[in-house]
Amino acid sequence: MTDRYSFLSILKEAFSGQKGWEPVWREPAPKRDYEVVIVGGGGHGLATAHYLAKEHGITDVAVVEKGYLGSGNVGRNTTIVRSNYLLDGNIPFYELSMKLWEGLEQDLNYNAMVSQRGVLNLFHSDAQRDAYARRGNAMRLNGVDAELLDQAAVKKMLPFLDYDNARFPIQGGLIQRRGGTVRHDAVAWGYARAADRRGVDLIQNCEVTGITVEGGRAIGVETTRGFIGAKKVALAAAGNSSRVAAMAGLRLPIESHVLQAFVSEGIKPFIDGVVTFGAGHFYISQSDKGGLVFGGDIDGYNSYAQRGNLPTIEDVCEGGMALMPRIGRVRLLRHWGGLMDMSMDGSPIIDRTPVDGLYLNAGWCYGGFKATPASGFCFAHLIARDEPHPDAAALRLDRFARGTLIDEKGVGAQPNLH
Amino acid sequence: MRIPCPSCGERGHEEFAYLGDASLVRPDPTAPDAEARFADYVYLRDNPAGALRELWYHAAGCHAWLVVTRDTRTHEISGVEPAKAAALRRQEAG
Repeated sequence: MTDRYSFLSILKEAFSGQKGWEPVWREPAPKRDYEVVIVGGGGHGLATAHYLAKEHGITDVAVVEKGYLGSGNVGRNTTIVRSNYLLDGNIPFYELSMKLWEGLEQDLNYNAMVSQRGVLNLFHSDAQRDAYARRGNAMRLNGVDAELLDQAAVKKMLPFLDYDNARFPIQGGLIQRRGGTVRHDAVAWGYARAADRRGVDLIQNCEVTGITVEGGRAIGVETTRGFIGAKKVALAAAGNSSRVAAMAGLRLPIESHVLQAFVSEGIKPFIDGVVTFGAGHFYISQSDKGGLVFGGDIDGYNSYAQRGNLPTIEDVCEGGMALMPRIGRVRLLRHWGGLMDMSMDGSPIIDRTPVDGLYLNAGWCYGGFKATPASGFCFAHLIARDEPHPDAAALRLDRFARGTLIDEKGVGAQPNLH
Repeated sequence: MRIPCPSCGERGHEEFAYLGDASLVRPDPTAPDAEARFADYVYLRDNPAGALRELWYHAAGCHAWLVVTRDTRTHEISGVEPAKAAALRRQEAG
């Protein structure tokens, strides 16, 4: 049997009729109880299971997922990874994530197509240049790479942008060269396979319908496949966080919104990195298949429908046209929507809850994909040791009541921040 | 998604600005537990999957604030009334 992916194993299987490959993960029936039950088999839940097993030796773990593994936001995002944050509570966390991305494929023995092709944020005014210079300095002070480019340098990289746009001339950009893209489905599959190999049970088509609390302590979950007992219950339910938390009587500082993403027909190599428009909200990269992958704002109203509306598509495409008019004749191939757990300050929550034994990982807004490794790493640390990981120490649930928000945008309590 | 405005008729939602949950009521600032209640009011949300009463402002139309009842799973709108009417009713109920 071949269970490790390598050049040699591919060669061996090529000469033996490809008969030795094992299923990538088992499909176990749920046991009566576990030490830890993770609610949500997306990127964050699977990463949490992997790091619980690998870093803390806790393998009596089940991940319960209402659909199939990776059916939610981990396969619905625009695959961008970066750690270009400004505030103290965020920078170390996202940089931990970036470092984990850099070693991910070796760690998981899985090709996730981690591609550090660079993330370039364009600026269009003197004030915006100063803000980006400040952000770049904050990054460099925290050991993150950042470089401020002038217009000539950006022009050399991307000669086809609309530099002389009358309203939003491109003056330059802030680039993080270590940022880039990662094949998003492969992240879910890689974490799932690695967790499964260490003994974690991945239980699909198993929807949590209740959280059982006795004497102020979570003791398990009711599911469509029966009761599953647990010493610790960990929620990683993304857009459905409010619904799951409500099963334990909690109200969260979160609204669920829909974010759309788009991919065009495949075209020849055109954009080699990730580019974002600073005067609107538009970000774009090109997949290895040639499709332009892009997105913009959330639709802007509460939604549990995994689909959006047309005015937002128009708005996103207008942003794209203002930035690079030459994409105007490229045809849209597909677009889709995902549910974002929009927190009230635009930053996530990794914390215990007022219910003993119940842990919360939520509020990722639409920045959850890049955080997947660090989210799992820090959540596993919290669950195993009952204390926050130092790099996620600011991402607390009670920060809202205490007034210690991590408000990257600086605009106060709104569920529409990044 | 189209919203039936009581004064303008059915219009595309891009004409409207969204404020969110219409059930939130500003707490009494002189209450002894005002601080905790304000934290709830500003940050915590029911965020239901299903019927939600929410505030929309007809910015590119009649400039009325509306309370729209919409299913957040399907975007189906089951009721629209002027926010003023809803506020007066709440006031009368005390």
